[in-house]
Amino acid sequence: MADKKKTMGSGVTAIFRKQIFIPIAALLLLAVFNLIMDPSFFEISFGYNSAGHPVLTGNLMTILDYGSEVAILAIGMTLVTAASGGQDISVGAVVAIAGSVILRVLVGLGGDGTLQAPIIVGFLAACGAAMLCGAFNGVLVAVFKIQPMVATLILYTAGRSIAAWINNNELPSVTDETFTYFGGFIPGIPVPTPFFIAVVCIVIALLVLKFTNLGLYTQAVGINAESSRLNGLNPTFIKWLTFVILGLCVAVVGLIKTSRLSTINYSVIAKDIEMDAILAVALGGNVLSGGKFNIMASILGAYVIQFLTTTLYKFQVSSDALPAYKAVVVIVLVVISAPAVKEKIAAWGKKVKAQKGDA
Amino acid sequence: MNEHSVLEMKNIHKSFPGVRALQGVDFHLCEGEIHALMGENGAGKSTLIKVLTGVYEKDEGEIYLKGHEKPVVIRAPHDAQNLGISTVYQEITLCPNLTVAENMYIGRGKSKLTNWKKMNEDADRILENLGIPARASQQLSDCSIAIQQMVAIARAVDMDCKVLILDEPTSSLDESEVEKLFGLMRDLKARGVGIIFVTHFLDQVYEVCDKITVLRDGRLVGEYVIEDLPRVKLVAKMLGKEMDDMADIKSEAKPYEGEDEYVIQAEGLQSDAGIKPFNFYIKKGEVNGFTGLLGSGRSECVRALFSADKVIAGTVKKNGKPVKIAKPLDAMKNGIAYLPEDRKNDGIVGDLSVRDNIILAAQVLRGFFRPFSKAEANKFAEEYIKLLEIKTASVDTPIKSLSGGNQQKVILARWLLTHPDYLILDEPTRGIDIGTKVEIQKLVLKLASEGMSVTFISSETDEMIRTCSRLIVMRDRKVVGELSAEELNQAKIMETIAGGDM
Amino acid sequence: MKKKVLAAILAAAMAMACLAGCSSSSEEASSDAAETEEAAETEEAAEDAEAAGEETAETAPAADGELIRVGIINNDPNESGYRTANDADMKAMFTEENGYDASFAYSLKNDEQITAAQKFIQDEVDFLLLSAADTSGWDSVLQDAQNAGIGVILFDRTIDASEDLYLASIVSDMEQEGQTAVDWLESQGLEEYNIIHIQGVMGSAAQQGRTGALDAKVAESDNWNLVTQQTAEWNSEKAQQIVQSVIDAGTEFNVIYAENDDMAKGAVAALDKANISHGVGKDVIIMGFDCNKWALQELLDQNWNYDGQCNPFQASYIDEVIKKVVNGEEITEKTIILEEKGFDATTITAEDVEKYGI
Repeated sequence: MADKKKTMGSGVTAIFRKQIFIPIAALLLLAVFNLIMDPSFFEISFGYNSAGHPVLTGNLMTILDYGSEVAILAIGMTLVTAASGGQDISVGAVVAIAGSVILRVLVGLGGDGTLQAPIIVGFLAACGAAMLCGAFNGVLVAVFKIQPMVATLILYTAGRSIAAWINNNELPSVTDETFTYFGGFIPGIPVPTPFFIAVVCIVIALLVLKFTNLGLYTQAVGINAESSRLNGLNPTFIKWLTFVILGLCVAVVGLIKTSRLSTINYSVIAKDIEMDAILAVALGGNVLSGGKFNIMASILGAYVIQFLTTTLYKFQVSSDALPAYKAVVVIVLVVISAPAVKEKIAAWGKKVKAQKGDA
Repeated sequence: MNEHSVLEMKNIHKSFPGVRALQGVDFHLCEGEIHALMGENGAGKSTLIKVLTGVYEKDEGEIYLKGHEKPVVIRAPHDAQNLGISTVYQEITLCPNLTVAENMYIGRGKSKLTNWKKMNEDADRILENLGIPARASQQLSDCSIAIQQMVAIARAVDMDCKVLILDEPTSSLDESEVEKLFGLMRDLKARGVGIIFVTHFLDQVYEVCDKITVLRDGRLVGEYVIEDLPRVKLVAKMLGKEMDDMADIKSEAKPYEGEDEYVIQAEGLQSDAGIKPFNFYIKKGEVNGFTGLLGSGRSECVRALFSADKVIAGTVKKNGKPVKIAKPLDAMKNGIAYLPEDRKNDGIVGDLSVRDNIILAAQVLRGFFRPFSKAEANKFAEEYIKLLEIKTASVDTPIKSLSGGNQQKVILARWLLTHPDYLILDEPTRGIDIGTKVEIQKLVLKLASEGMSVTFISSETDEMIRTCSRLIVMRDRKVVGELSAEELNQAKIMETIAGGDM
Repeated sequence: MKKKVLAAILAAAMAMACLAGCSSSSEEASSDAAETEEAAETEEAAEDAEAAGEETAETAPAADGELIRVGIINNDPNESGYRTANDADMKAMFTEENGYDASFAYSLKNDEQITAAQKFIQDEVDFLLLSAADTSGWDSVLQDAQNAGIGVILFDRTIDASEDLYLASIVSDMEQEGQTAVDWLESQGLEEYNIIHIQGVMGSAAQQGRTGALDAKVAESDNWNLVTQQTAEWNSEKAQQIVQSVIDAGTEFNVIYAENDDMAKGAVAALDKANISHGVGKDVIIMGFDCNKWALQELLDQNWNYDGQCNPFQASYIDEVIKKVVNGEEITEKTIILEEKGFDATTITAEDVEKYGI
């Protein structure tokens, strides 16, 4: 019995290690690289921003700040991936819609930038709009069985025009200072607010996973929908639900994005952010064809991507070359997670072990 | 290597994380011999076959082939093929949307160009030689499963194989089809091909094989000439214990002694899966069964009871009260459990752990907002792993890495955990080893004696006779008879299935 | 499975076509209505035109008090604030009060624009006004227009076609915009110029023009340095990140040269966070382009220093050309360069903001 316990224990750690190993390894690699090239990368300085509030600045803060947006999206994207075996590529466009709704509600058409409604109302309206978009995608995927990438291509294409239409193609700007807190700093707290928002989202996600069966259901549906149906689950509804949840995550990111500059540009806001979110899911070692997932690994993956981006900026890599570097990461990931390579690595590991044993 | 041998495997070792699948196994195959490879699920048969065909790489040991001085190296299925080792699997691995001839020649052309006419002619000649009733230009999906199986064999044979491996080729064939397959096997045997035959059907082993090699727990038990090993002894070797309980397990179990009440009554039930409306009832503590040929509609009947297919007509009463069952969850809430026929596609959730697979149905019943704690889930899982003697490395092992019989036990555990009033078992014993089959049958009777109602479906009539007290007979998608008590014997059942003309 | 995928793609394509249609259909609908109303008039005009014979464009319309019919092909006004302003300007100019009967077609795709042009030619408009999505592929359709006696005027963007095929081309000179900005910067007389240069989408005409002048100046002057030169692809968030990374690295700089207002705004957000002062008489000079109203307001508030105009108000130039043609005057210059200003925060007035802000 004791023996059995032991193998069980090591089995658990082995699985855990496998899943979260990739993002941790990537993070360490980047950290070590920066440590060697220029240790000042890790410096954090304390100061005051132009509004007179205390702020911490430095590359690490930048990573926490911008990585949080992708981290929040990664939560929803992980669930969508797990249940539907596909990805939502309309995320960036829906961020534009959510942001546009916030501006429309808070400022209104032709407004002078003063608040016409409490911020929370604007945010709730954005949640409604983004979840509606998610529901639309969800219906296409779950009910009409359209491939997720194809289904979400519709909003990917049309979303930014819709966002522009919501504000009659004007670009209103919020002048109220409290609105800048969400994408900036809350007075007196020197850590960027997006990080706290991400933490809240992560905690909520973990609580939901702990106190509901969302995790079990999405995984079961993603692995074997027919079997899940025969166990009393409703795969259609669960797939749909994951898209709606992603919609909620998108609304939160829309708030942060809009708050950063108090306005947005519909055609470029959150451009290509869906690719970062999908990459975060992949970097977290989650299988992109659905099934088992690990949310924490995805979130870590999101921060690793921002770490990479910030590192590249720091070394003045041309910013239009960034996608190429991310592509390299994707290639490496795909290769090391391919079954053939995994087997080879395992066999090689065994050999090394055996040789050590002999010696 | 003796001169008649075509294949010798010596001291083969293979381990997977947490499992030592093969430990020093020897295997020896002669020319013109049909050699059965027997063992319970998890004994190492599949692993041994996969080592031989290059799907797995062995950790240790040598493989000798006729015509090769040195041990041969097999690293990939491709290597095995080039060495003349061909395999026909249980699941058809051909392409149904190509023609028979294309399937026979696909991936083999040395030149880039294909001479279609010659290919079709060659294929027709081979098919004729082997007496396979198919035309080269026919699309494969138009052939029956048995013919497809034979085409797979024809392909293997034409590739000039010396060793032919048949991995459970008969599990989806009916009797006459099996006969045809055996004819083909004997034919090949006469031509000097060595055949390795993996099956769960004892009758078939004794009908066609010359020798038997038995494996147990990854070790070699022994190699026997068929005449020296009567069935009882074979089973004993496979299980590692003497079996005397095969005879009559029904008499051991106490029948249920409660009140005689109806648990489920259905009237005019019909689903969109194409069965005629049928009536059905089951009493508390009763074990009944649906029987009939493959495709007669027996699975569709129980699926209708569970609402696994869309129910389009009929009423259902539970304990005498009408209930509305429109989807599987409704059935589950009414205490109905359903173990589906197709374990792989409808039963297991492959990548999930044994624990999650066990708690799944109970969890769904309990509700979305009330998940079991990890400790509770582990407790349930361990309880049933112990109760049903499920062989798994841990509760966290993904179910797909378990052997077929153990997977089936996990699914059974899943439904038992919901404490159903009425348990439907559709082919629970298909493709699993004898030991487990008997265990499951015993369990069914035990559950019934405790008051559970069970419907038990099996392709093997003797299993049904051993477990059921009443049989509903189906033919051509409708119920044609009901047998109980003295009528429950092979002859009577066959007669009812075949119809009144017999 | 295949069928399903196919069905999915079809569905998606149809839905998109539908949505894409929405954005332009409203415009077309209104102009259609206008057309039916004036159907009778149109016929008359057509008859007149026929009667007048070959010399259609120069003699037929307006001369006898008829409306001048113009077909306007523009890019989607949702594309940018610049385009919105451009479209609004066109709509304000080409009205019945000003003697025009205008139909509009919008697309960001060349082939759709060409189709629209063919439709206008069939409808026998008097002038075709074109802001082409792509520079090539216009020869044959413009030839058709010429054969039908329709005068073509290009605005905002040039095309690769013989000059004979159009009456005039009204464009911005991006190089000049860049040069104006660099000259202004030089006039600030800093001891040393440490510039963060944030570029637009690489390869676009605006990026090339605005980058060219700065690059040339930096190459020839010892005290002009580029701290970093990165593209933010017209995107404010990217600009913010780029400036953030420079601040995080602790590098000194005193000028931010952003190739549009959005990116300048993103850059300023990063400065505010690090409490680096900017604007008139402060540590960092902020330069932007396009003259958005809010950006000019920043200038007026002394938070920014300079904004270069990219003039979207082209309608008056076009009007001038049409009037000349109608009156039978000679067009002397094929290429008309728009007048474009550069605004300095120290001299800008509230009137300027109202007048030139887009």
